[in-house]
This record gives sequence, structure tokens and C-alpha cells, in this order.
Amino acid sequence: MVPAVALEGITKIYPGVIANQDVDWTLEWGQIHALLGENGAGKSTLMNILYGMTVPDSGRIVLEGREVRIGSPSEAIRLGIGMVHQHFQLVGSLTVAQNVLMGMEPRRFGLVDTSASHDKVRALADQVGLPIDPAALVEDLPVGLQQRVEILKVLARDARILIFDEPTAVLTPQEIALLGQVMQRLAAEGKALVFITHKMREVQAIATHVTVMRAGRKVGVADPRRATAAELAALVVGRPLKSPPETPPSAGGATLLQVQDVSCRSARGLEALRGVSLEVKAGEIVGLIGVEGNGQSELVEVIAGLRPVSAGRILLAPRGGGAFVDLTRATPGARRTAGVGHVAEDRLRRAVIKSWSIADNLVFDRFHQLPYAKAGRLDHETIRQRGATMLARYRIKAPDAQTPVGSLSGGNQQKVVMARELDDRYHVLLIAQPTRGVDAGAAEAIHDEMRALRDRGAGVLLVTNELDELLAMSDRIGVVYHGEIVAWRARGTVTREELGRLMIGGRQTGELGTPA
Amino acid sequence: MKVFLSLAWSLLAVLAALLTGGVVLALSGYDVGEALGALFKGAFGTPNALAETLVNTTPLLLAALAVALGLRAGLFNIGVEGQFLMGGLGAVVAGYALPSLPWGLHVIVVLVAGMLAGAGWAAIPAWMKARFGAHEVITTIMFNYIAFRLVGWLVRVPLHGPGSIPQTRYVVEGARLPVLWADTRLHAGLIVALAVAAGLWWLLWHTPWGVAIRAVGLNAEASEYAGIRVVRTVVTSLALSGGLAGLAGAVQLAGVDHRLVEEGFSAGYGYDSIAVSLLGANHPFAIVPAALLFASLRSGASLMQIEADVSSQIISVLQALVILFVAAEAGLRRERELKAARKATAAAPPAAPPSSGAGLAASAGSTGQGQEA
Repeated sequence: MVPAVALEGITKIYPGVIANQDVDWTLEWGQIHALLGENGAGKSTLMNILYGMTVPDSGRIVLEGREVRIGSPSEAIRLGIGMVHQHFQLVGSLTVAQNVLMGMEPRRFGLVDTSASHDKVRALADQVGLPIDPAALVEDLPVGLQQRVEILKVLARDARILIFDEPTAVLTPQEIALLGQVMQRLAAEGKALVFITHKMREVQAIATHVTVMRAGRKVGVADPRRATAAELAALVVGRPLKSPPETPPSAGGATLLQVQDVSCRSARGLEALRGVSLEVKAGEIVGLIGVEGNGQSELVEVIAGLRPVSAGRILLAPRGGGAFVDLTRATPGARRTAGVGHVAEDRLRRAVIKSWSIADNLVFDRFHQLPYAKAGRLDHETIRQRGATMLARYRIKAPDAQTPVGSLSGGNQQKVVMARELDDRYHVLLIAQPTRGVDAGAAEAIHDEMRALRDRGAGVLLVTNELDELLAMSDRIGVVYHGEIVAWRARGTVTREELGRLMIGGRQTGELGTPA
Repeated sequence: MKVFLSLAWSLLAVLAALLTGGVVLALSGYDVGEALGALFKGAFGTPNALAETLVNTTPLLLAALAVALGLRAGLFNIGVEGQFLMGGLGAVVAGYALPSLPWGLHVIVVLVAGMLAGAGWAAIPAWMKARFGAHEVITTIMFNYIAFRLVGWLVRVPLHGPGSIPQTRYVVEGARLPVLWADTRLHAGLIVALAVAAGLWWLLWHTPWGVAIRAVGLNAEASEYAGIRVVRTVVTSLALSGGLAGLAGAVQLAGVDHRLVEEGFSAGYGYDSIAVSLLGANHPFAIVPAALLFASLRSGASLMQIEADVSSQIISVLQALVILFVAAEAGLRRERELKAARKATAAAPPAAPPSSGAGLAASAGSTGQGQEA
């Protein structure tokens, strides 16, 4: 059978870096072909070449047996290639149908025929098993449903070759399972799917073929049903990953953070937290998990001072002991001064200033304090030196500490945030989604650093959507549902399946809308 | 080196704009050489022309610094025109109502009074923004009109000076800025303006307050997260921006006008200063040549009109062309720099081989993919 895509001898060189070197790669109809590799391994470049966003320096693209030149994404779409982007390309203020059929709306008397649009989208959605309300506004939908719109948009353009670029990065375990089913159904219909991800467990669950890239080259193929997750990870990183150290659950020391009966409202004014209480002790990692939109993000914001409480109290034990101080009404800055650090879930929106250098971002929370400011004057030399030190210590990949953070990869941006926040000035750390969009090697390092921090006696509150991360890191696990913590489990006493059930709070598995 | 290079590029962009302006003049049937010659002569041709250009530069520069400070904090202060006017009002009252102060002190009091008046005028929209979330673009524009009418009424009724012309009394001799160049109107305000440019640069890049202002302007949510008092920074920045605009008005009054007339005191300096600030990329030093350029276009326009019979409206076309070309050049440069930065990152040496237990350092790094998709 003629393969859907054959890339032959693809080479792409950017000044100073070889993005792809002589890559041969074949995609057959009916495959779900996982592309694995660290950030910068060349898989994005390869897919950008297939999707017409970059032109290779040499090599051939053979589509269904015919050599083609793909000069732009619109040509790729015309050739039946579609991309489900990691950052959704959707217009929030338009409806589902308007997004899906943008530029190809059914017309009637020269005007857009809304009811025909809705029928068309509904029919398409039912056909692929992604039911959705065509009249809903995209911005009102939870992330999982927005991704459905993105997928439908590609299918509406008759794509037969679909590229999924890290589609699971923002999804919950239940949504990932459903996405996997949809991908398998599409493959069964004979479409060819490319699946870019960092998560080995998903590769095993969903993919039929695996190609691993490293440093611009194809370094191996694997059968995802036979290789173990550890073998796949080793192939990606080029060395065996350490298995996480089996640390006994920490009993924890003195209580550092007390959250008492806290309630708050979401950005939309809905009740997001309903009387949540928790404690974080010294030398303990408390993990929280929940389906997105159940209040765990708001809980972190409330503790960090970025969202007001409507009821309840937040108390912190000062560094070195002493009576608890009430932080309920304190400003974010005062909480930082008191010793609460925060790795924000949305790096680019909250945690860094993109156009600023690494060095400046490293002092973003302390530039007004000694030794970075003296007598109302910034000490640029000290800031620069600290930048250089941290760059080396955390192996942030950049030419120097004056490089703008916006030009770094997601993993390196996260290292900058970690280098700043995992600092002994903070004895309580709020860490949200620390490895989102971060490759396996960097994730391992981030986890090591979090353990080291815990072992030095800090209290960590970890919020993550990654079950593996949660299970490996947490001494205690709380499940957030509907603005409440509905269950607590100690390390090693809970299975993935039980967590999955608790997270949906007894709801039907298929019903993925987030609760109010 | 980098600064000079970017200055050279900006000059090139200005030349390209003048060339294009020449084409427009030619198409309109004017003698291009004569017109541009007159423009240049009117701006720099005689000692007096040069002095007048510098006199025009002073208020433009100060007002543009006010706009730049606002933009650095993420605020579009369109109210500079009105704050300029209020600054003039504060200065004129302090300039004739306090006649007994020693000379040096009196001028300073006049400038401070203008600054406070401008800051106070801007503080109202700032408070409205902090308290009700009212957008400063709308409120500061509204406050311009309130300032025009308020000053117009004050000058016509309670502050009406002697004589029938609707204007205030003149400020006393000791409240005026000294003339720097005999037989011209060039006054010490130019030195004040240059000092303020240097001071603003120092504030923005060498003090923690400046870091906070720039951080809030670039990403208010991240600033809040990092512990910066965002609302307080916004309010004080807008008030200080108004203070600089007020200072511009006070300098103009103490240096040139010496009394406040019913209409025409601000003469569009406040509005032109927005363009000047953007032209100077909101950088205090780059704004200096930008203000000089706009001032020379202003002062050259009248001679161009007289000698070459070119409508002075064409100057607006020239100004627009300059902004277009410089903005295009700046946009292209930013693109180039961003690409260069990404390449440099991609080309950085790969992380050293992993060492056991080195924490974050054990990661094998990655290249510039963070910006893709």
C-alpha cells in the first residue's frame, strides 16, 4: 500500500543548529504514529515541514506516492493535512459552528445560513463521536471541549492526515482517555495520525507506532505495545532515567500552612471554593488533583493572595517557628515576604516577563530588596552575577543570562521560574503544574529539586493534572471536586483508578463538562 | 555601538520619510527644492530660527516624557494636553500671587506648582481607574475638555487680568525662566527638560520603583504575582505622568508666555507629544531627537508657507510619514532582534552530560521551541 506520507532525507539547518538531519520517516494509513523526543529534538521542525510552515533545505516530501512541495499551511490543508494545535487556534467570542466552519460557511441568499451550519457541525460531531453544542460560545467551554472544536475544525476541512501537537498537555486523565478513543476511531476509519507528546503512558495507551528523535536525527523506532515506559523514556533521553527514589512517606514536622474553611469565587463570579481546609507540614509534599475547573487553581491563587477569599482564614507559621500569622488579607508581596513562594500554573501569563532577561526574571520577586537594591538604587552588577550563577547551576540553555526569557523553550522558562522560587527564602511553596510542556529529562530534574526542597524542611503544596507526577511526589493526596476536597489518601494507599473515580465525584465517565 | 546603529537607522527612516514627502510635494505641483529648503531654513537657517526650534523642543520633550512614563506603566495618557494646561494655570497663579519670593526660589516654586497642578489633574482619572476600573484613555480625554473649559472660564472671569483681552496677569519678573541666548526666546527650560529626561531614564532603569513601573506595563498579572502593588503603581505612575505634563506647561509659561491666555496656550503640544514619545520608542533619550525633529517641522512650517506657498497642513503629512517610516523600521528591527535571539538560543552549547543528583541541572535542555505553534 502506498504510504500516506514518506519524508525522505529531510535536512533543515538554522544558523548554528541542525534541526533535522537526513530524516527518513514514513506514515501509513491507519497508524497513530507517536513522535517522541525532548524539546528541540527536531520533531516540531519535521511536522512544521509537513504542515507547510517551513521548507526543508533538502529532502523530499512524498504524499500518497506523489512528490509535493508544501509552501504554506493552506496548501497543506488543501492536500488533506490538518494540525490540531497545542495552543488552540480558536476565536473565543464566536460559536462552535462559526469556528469549525470559518471561511466555508454554508450560504443562503448570500448570507451565512446559521441553522445549516449548526446541522452540519452536529452531523460531523456525531459521526466522529465528539458531541458538542454548535451554538455554544467557545470561550464558555472548558478546555477539553475547546479541543473538540479544534479537532472538528480540522475534520471539517476533510483532513486525512492529522497532526496532534501535544494534545494532552492541558487535559485531565478522563479527557485523555476519551481523546484516545477518538484518535483510535479515526485511525480505524483509515486516517493517518501523528501524535506528539512527552508522556510515555499515553504513547503506550494510544499509539500504534513510535519514532524517537534526538538532536535532529531519527534515533529509533519502537513498538509501543511491547516497550515499557521506562524503555521509551530512555530512548528519548539517550540514557536510562533514574526510577524515582522510593522515599517513605514523610510524616511531616510542624504545621507551616493552615487553610481554614476557605471559600472564594471564580473569575466569572461563580462559587469556586466551598469551605476548603488543609494543612501543609514542614518536610511534606501535599498533592492536589482534580478535573480542571473544580477549584484547585483558585485555591492556589487564594493562598498566594491573587484572589480574595469570601470566607475563611489562611495562617502561616513564620520561618523559625512562633505564633501563626494571619495572611488572609495580606497582599501577594507581603505573603512572599512572609515566606510563601509560588510556581504559577500559567508561566507566560503569570510567572515571567517575556521580554526581560533571565537575570531580571530571576530577581523579579526581590529586586527591591538587598542585595539587589541598595539605598533605592538597583545593583545591576549583583543581578547580573546572580543570573550567571543560576544559569550555570540550573543548566538553563541560553547563550547568557541577558537572553530574553521569551526566546527560551518552555522547559527552560520553567527552569528559570524554578530557580527563582525553589529558594530558601520561601519555606512554603505553592507549585502548580510544574512539568506542563516540559520534556522528560527536565521534568526529572524538577522533581529532584522539589524533593530536595522538601528534605530541607519546606512544605510544598503541589497541584497537578499528571497522575504519575502526583503519585510519585506526594506524601498525601487530596482530591478536589466541586470546590471541596472530597478525599485524602496517604502515599501508596491509592490507585490511579480510584483517583480517577474520586475526581469525577460519582459522575458518568462520559460527561466531561466541568461543574460550575 | 548598538545605540548609534539604531540611531543611524532612525535617521535613515527620517530621510526616507522626507524623500517621500518630497514626492508628495512634487505631485501636488510644488517646487520641492524650494519647499524643503524653506523648511530647513525656517528651522535651522538663522540663529533665531534655531533658537525658536529649541524653544519648541522644550515643551514637546517634557510632554513626551510624560506620555512615555505612562506608556511604560501600560497607561495611555491622552490627557497630557489638559494636564499641560493645568500646569500653566498652577504656574501663572504661583507666578503672580506670590510676589515677594527671592528670584531663584520663585521660579522653582512656579515649576513645582505647575507640576502639582498637572499631577492633581491626572490623579482624578487615576483614582477613577483604581476605584471603578474606568479606562484612562476615555477619562483623560474627557478631562482635557474639562480643563479647556475650566481654564477658559477662569481666565475670562475670576483671573481676568487688567485690560480687555481675556488673559491673566503677567507673572512677576522673578518667576520667569532666564533667557539663555540673548535676543532670542531660548530659555533655561531646555536644561530643565534635558535634566528630566536623564532623571526619568535613571528612575526607570536604576531604581526599584522603575522596575515596578516597567513590570506593571509589560505584564500586570505577573507583577501582581511577583508581589508588586499593581494598583498603587498604576495610580502613582499616571499622577507622575500628569506631573511631568504639568511641568511642561509650567516651563512654557515661565519661559515663553508669562501669562495665561484664554485659548491656544497648549497649542497642541500635548497631542504632538504622543507621536514624539512613540517615535522615540518611549525611551527618554531617544525622545530627545524625536522632539527636536517635530519641533523643527513645526518651526520650519511657517517659512515654508511664506516662501514656497506650501500649506502648513503639508507638515502634518510629513509628520505622519516620519511616524510611519520610523515605526516600520522599529518593527522590522524588533523582528530581526527576536530572530537573532532565538537563533542564539538554539545555537547555545548543549547542556553538559548529566551528572547524578545534580537537581535541575541534570536536564538535557532544549532549544527555542517554546515560541512555536
